[in-house]
Amino acid sequence: MSHIFSALPQVLVDGLTLGAIYAVVALGYTMVYGILELINFAHGEVFMTGAFIGTGLLLSMGAFGSALPAWITLILILILTALLTGLLGMGIEKLAYRPLRKAPKLIPLISAIGISFILQDLVRFLAEWKTGNYIVTGTTLFEGKLTIPFSSIIGTFQNATIKTNTLILIGITIAIMFMLDIFVNRTKWGTAMRAVAQDQETASLMSINVNKVISLTFFIGSAIGGATGFLFAQQYATIDPYIGFILGLKAFTAAVLGGIGNIRGAMFGGLLLGVLEVFAAANLSTLTSGVFGSEYKDVFAFAILILVLIFKPEGLFGKSAKEKV
Amino acid sequence: MSERLLLQMQQVSAYYDQIQALDTISLEVNLGEIVTLVGSNGAGKSTTLKAICGQVKTTGTISFLGKDITRLPPHQTAKLGIAHVPEGRRIFPRLTVKENLEMGAFQLKNKKEIEEQMEIVFQYFPRIKERLHQKGGTMSGGEQQMLAIGRALMSKPSILLLDEPSMGLAPIIVEQIFEIIQELNQTGMTILLVEQNAYQALTIAHRGYVIQTGKIILADQAESLLENKQVTEAYLA
Repeated sequence: MSHIFSALPQVLVDGLTLGAIYAVVALGYTMVYGILELINFAHGEVFMTGAFIGTGLLLSMGAFGSALPAWITLILILILTALLTGLLGMGIEKLAYRPLRKAPKLIPLISAIGISFILQDLVRFLAEWKTGNYIVTGTTLFEGKLTIPFSSIIGTFQNATIKTNTLILIGITIAIMFMLDIFVNRTKWGTAMRAVAQDQETASLMSINVNKVISLTFFIGSAIGGATGFLFAQQYATIDPYIGFILGLKAFTAAVLGGIGNIRGAMFGGLLLGVLEVFAAANLSTLTSGVFGSEYKDVFAFAILILVLIFKPEGLFGKSAKEKV
Repeated sequence: MSERLLLQMQQVSAYYDQIQALDTISLEVNLGEIVTLVGSNGAGKSTTLKAICGQVKTTGTISFLGKDITRLPPHQTAKLGIAHVPEGRRIFPRLTVKENLEMGAFQLKNKKEIEEQMEIVFQYFPRIKERLHQKGGTMSGGEQQMLAIGRALMSKPSILLLDEPSMGLAPIIVEQIFEIIQELNQTGMTILLVEQNAYQALTIAHRGYVIQTGKIILADQAESLLENKQVTEAYLA
């Protein structure tokens, strides 16, 4: 048991890293759901495509890239990746969802699954064509490591090591969440987004172009999801065309955990799920005296999810209060 | 055509699926008028307003300030100066009162202009000012109706389309709202008012139309309609 406590700092660092990725990807699910009541199952694949676009850009920059300072390369790639995946998301909406806007809710869900397969195979084809293998290992921009001396704060804690990449990942994802929160709550277009989510018909009476707002929602959700894909590739080095599936499912879970449609809920849900999962991976075997190993981490995390949803079906931050009509 | 003609519908028909909701309707609204469209439930009153702002597809011609707007979608008719206060108020429940007003002013680019317009709205509806940071959905029905009209005014419209502003409200609130509608008109606002409460609507209107199963069956000065036997029997009893 004392081992569990002493390893807590490292669990938190790793959990928050994974959780920050879940959180940003969950934002894409929750924003689209909030506005269209559509579960955009292709969103995990947009994340994966972002990982490949970013890594591809990095690899193709080659000598030119290594001449630049690493942080400039990073920012350049993040912006380009965000732009490209943002446009990809907008295109998916226009081609696969908009023509089905008036169809029953199940139909666009199926076309979302179709888009997922198309993206997986397209990326796999391109990756194999360019590198000979669909599993790609990129170069990493930052090699450094840092040790945080938690043991000097509380004696029983072990120190936590944190890669420079991890710090960057946490910093950038937090900045993304912070900016998105300000955009949605404080700006005119963010308010228009919330208005469209609440009542499309009336929003259009306010001279708001609803289609434009929906395109913008897909652009932003996909851009931040894609950029996070590149951060993921930097963090975990190896990517393949199927990373979007499980990660997408978990990010979607995080969105549900926080209350689907709720932006701050998605952020919190993502971080919580990440920490739970890493905690389980580190400690399940100790907790169950070896009966369940760390490979049962998902079972643990999802069991907690089920428990939360049984007692609070609208999610932790979901809207349950009835409004006057 | 008179120079004061603001809005004109000519032979407009509308369908919901196969059912005809409007049958070759023609009506006109002149600058500075209150025109009311009265009729019973399901007669096509709301559909008429929806046809004007582009929420339902129509045949025939609708023109606004001489421009053909028949096929324009709602966000474009709104830009031209047609502000529609929909049936049931439809304020954004989870936006604050202030955000609701800001959405009304979505097409205004200038921050100062928006603030000035908000002050004008506060003059008509002082209650709104007190509740600026409250969520729209937490207000009473009467307050929501005032917010809905205020929100429409935020766009600096040339015409207000009001759909049943009295619906579900206590008589004393209805009276207040009708007083404000009259005040607005006295300062130059043109109003097309749809009402089931025909007596009250005809009392403040200049002219009126009576609609029955999608057809305009009467058009006259409001005071003449108030004395018309057909109208009194059907709608004012």
